Amino acid sequence: MSATTQSPGKAAEVPSFDVTVKIMRSVPSDVPSAGYGEPVPAPTSRWDTFTLTMHGSDRVLDALHKIKWEFDGTVTFRRSCAHGVCGSDAMRINGRNRLACKTLLKDLNLRKPITIEPIKGLPVIKDLVVDMEPFFDSYREVQPFLIVSGVEPTKERLQSATERALFDDTTKCILCACCTTSCPVFWVDGQYFGPSAIVNAHRWIFDSRDEGAAERLEILNDREGVWRCRTTFNCTDACPRGIEVTKAISEVKRAILTRTH
Amino acid sequence: MQTHQYDVMIVGAGGAGMRAALESSVRTRTAVISKLYPTRSHTGAAQGGMCAALANVEEDNWEWHTFDTVKGGDYLVDQDAAEIMAKEAIDAVLDLEKMGLPFNRTPEGRIDQRRFGGHTRNHGEAAVRRSCYAADRTGHMILQTLYQQCVKNDVAFFNEFYVLDLLVDHDLAAGDPGEDVNVLGVVAYELATGEIHVFRAKSVVFASGGAGRMFKTTSNAHTLTGDGIAVAYRRGLPIEDMEFFQFHPTGLAGLGILLSEAARGEGGILRNADGERFMERYAPTIKDLAPRDIVARSMANEVREGRGCGPHKDYVHLDLTHLEPAHIDAKLPDITEFARTYLGVEPYTQPVPVYPTAHYLMGGIPTNVDGEVLRNNTDVVKGLYAAGECACVSVHGSNRLGTNSLLDINVFGRRAGIAAASYAVGADWIELDDDDDPAAAVVAQLDAIRSREDGERPGELRRALAETMDANAQVFRTEDSLTQALADVRELAARYREVCVQDKSQAFNTDLLEAVELGFMLDLAEVVVLGSLLRKESRGGHFREDYPKRDDDGFMRHTMAYRRPLSDDGSVGDATGPFAVSSAADDHRVVIGSKPVTQTRYQPMERKY
Ligand SMILES: Cc1cc2nc3c(=O)[nH]c(=O)nc-3n(C[C@H](O)[C@H](O)[C@H](O)COP(=O)(O)OP(=O)(O)OC[C@H]3O[C@@H](n4cnc5c(N)ncnc54)[C@H](O)[C@@H]3O)c2cc1C
Ligand code: SF4
Ligand code: SF4
Ligand code: FES
Repeated sequence: MSATTQSPGKAAEVPSFDVTVKIMRSVPSDVPSAGYGEPVPAPTSRWDTFTLTMHGSDRVLDALHKIKWEFDGTVTFRRSCAHGVCGSDAMRINGRNRLACKTLLKDLNLRKPITIEPIKGLPVIKDLVVDMEPFFDSYREVQPFLIVSGVEPTKERLQSATERALFDDTTKCILCACCTTSCPVFWVDGQYFGPSAIVNAHRWIFDSRDEGAAERLEILNDREGVWRCRTTFNCTDACPRGIEVTKAISEVKRAILTRTH
Repeated sequence: MQTHQYDVMIVGAGGAGMRAALESSVRTRTAVISKLYPTRSHTGAAQGGMCAALANVEEDNWEWHTFDTVKGGDYLVDQDAAEIMAKEAIDAVLDLEKMGLPFNRTPEGRIDQRRFGGHTRNHGEAAVRRSCYAADRTGHMILQTLYQQCVKNDVAFFNEFYVLDLLVDHDLAAGDPGEDVNVLGVVAYELATGEIHVFRAKSVVFASGGAGRMFKTTSNAHTLTGDGIAVAYRRGLPIEDMEFFQFHPTGLAGLGILLSEAARGEGGILRNADGERFMERYAPTIKDLAPRDIVARSMANEVREGRGCGPHKDYVHLDLTHLEPAHIDAKLPDITEFARTYLGVEPYTQPVPVYPTAHYLMGGIPTNVDGEVLRNNTDVVKGLYAAGECACVSVHGSNRLGTNSLLDINVFGRRAGIAAASYAVGADWIELDDDDDPAAAVVAQLDAIRSREDGERPGELRRALAETMDANAQVFRTEDSLTQALADVRELAARYREVCVQDKSQAFNTDLLEAVELGFMLDLAEVVVLGSLLRKESRGGHFREDYPKRDDDGFMRHTMAYRRPLSDDGSVGDATGPFAVSSAADDHRVVIGSKPVTQTRYQPMERKY
């Protein structure tokens, strides 16, 4: 399937260009499945191609919206904030995990078709939408919340700027799954916690106010924990928040090795 | 169809919904329904901070905060509610810290605070450092922290479920009055499967966020389509002050993506094409840190008078170049990255093109200070609560001060959660009428859209709606522009009845749900425009060029709009003077009345900064 269009009016003001977008379509059977998102049988996947005229600083998300709103309403993807802060629209764009709303078309090679596929390693529900539950399950398993004992202080707990800086980087995570679904270990072994869960454990392990580090380190010392990571840096490259994911994983590994008990 | 039963159902998993859930779930059986995964909610986009008079860095107190809130809202604020909010702000911030929120710190290790628009010491003397923050990611940290606590407390979530109807025992929109109106639950659509779920509940809390997507240039997520407000309105409940929409001064030009006011709090300056710091002319005392409505209008005025920047002179500059790059990186990392990513501008060395963007809905579902939803000026709907941006308490009046929304969602989310749970614990289940299928209305609506073979696509209608709202109901409004907007909205609503989607499937049908969301926005846009038309004055976010002055004699009241059948005689309680409007569209009537503003300490004064 293909289509071409000209947006009226604007073309004169903003430089416009043509792009060809190839989207991997996975069409679920129309019977509502009982569970949340049965994997779609691979043979039903196909590539659909669209040719569009886009402008200036349009992003991949703008192209997807144009396709959905003007050509084919069945093209399905998640999105919400449209500026890289909610983590909804992780997808594989030209073979790399990115957020569609943070990827400018003009930064891609436009002489070739842009390919868009769902992120890898999670069951596909429909087109670019995958089942995120396994991803969130791993997140929840690392106890991603403040663990403290004793009486609550009446005012705030004190923390120095230096103490806060130790985990600042990993507080930025938006749970988009770009990292975990670019990890070769995760692709082969879906049981591996994956970089995102480790990032979120790191955020607490290095928070001076928290007392649950020992528990979390024990969880991550597990067979499916940090030791599966082979430090290939895919995750760091994929993170749209610029979190040094691999560094965080190394810090967790070191913390396990230097534990006092 | 599946049926579930919970004592308390919370609709929305943003800051307000999850704060409510944390209170309710420890008191009684609670579940949260959200059309997004909780961490995708737009609370996560909030940047600048959350105000509370902690006085960690300089003298401050909650009374000053109350005054600023009242004055900022151009005196349309209910002062009892504002006082509660400012008092409870201090615990609200401390609670978040105790949940683990990583606030920026002072050298002593306490929560750091910074300046923000409209927040002053001693009733307007000078800007005060009141905003507690975590870089320019305060909302992200609040959303993550609340979700983390929900995980810890094992709160039940139904994610990617869309609430499409409210079940009440008297449908006021259909002309069925009742002595008492009770909540019975909600009807929701499961996106993954297309299945309909009926959630029976003793209490329902709406925390479904704003409606910015009815405008074209907006800082709001694509999913902020006013669902909860529209659902309540369609069941005959009033909606309050919908004409008051906040246009935030600094959206990235042409895109609407927000650059927090924190940029100006940290020293950023707005300049016109001549490089002039033009806010010195409009607000001599606090200049760039004047409240948003004033700054947005001043910017629009500079552009109109030909002093705009760029090839089309259609924006102004936000100048950060005099700030240290290290300071920018520490305090404003995300928003400077937005400028780089989306406009290719380097804020260290280049000014950033900005223009006002539709940002925040001050109006919404009217509630009292416990979050109970009003069905007229005095009576509540039993078991129904609302909090956050979808609600109108009204602490923001006609213009919200920056940082007061993150505060609102925490203070009133908490209050609504407590009140909903304690009501549910004491209330009996109300039986549904056996002959009634509670999901019938939703099923019929969805089937009609899905099965229509031919018709207009929602995308085209959505674009036309956003365009007319931007052109005719934005920063500057007139009788003519609003009359045009009303005609456009009604024409689109008529065309919407023949809307058709291409995706006919059950699983993950976002084509269908976007069409439903468009319907919600059309209903609300009509009320926004009608309210703007009748309010022949200028106050806060609502500016009428043809009536540029505030008119306290005529309009110091809240607008209350009701959806009624065409046959209705058009009278609602307390419809006096200019508010007594009854406007018939082709299949319903919008009846408008008003509600008095609660004034306690502060008498209206002219708003000068
Ligand atoms: C860019 C930006 C920056 C901001 N910065 C600040 C700031 O610095 N300080 C400040 O005080 N305020 C700020 N605000 C305002 C503030 O962030 C919001 O007003 C506030 O977060 C709204 O919270 P909420 O919980 O009411 O709604 P949201 O966080 O928007 O959550 C709405 C929830 O409702 C759910 N929902 C909606 N419809 C349905 C439906 N039909 N069925 C089921 N669920 C549904 C959604 O899934 C979501 O979970 C900012 C706003 C924006 C846009
Ligand atoms: S560094 Fe480790 S976690 Fe990251 S992609 Fe490589 S193997 Fe996976
Ligand atoms: S670490 Fe980065 S890539 Fe991974 S989930 Fe978090 S934000 Fe996304
Ligand atoms: S839509 Fe929110 S991150 Fe892209």
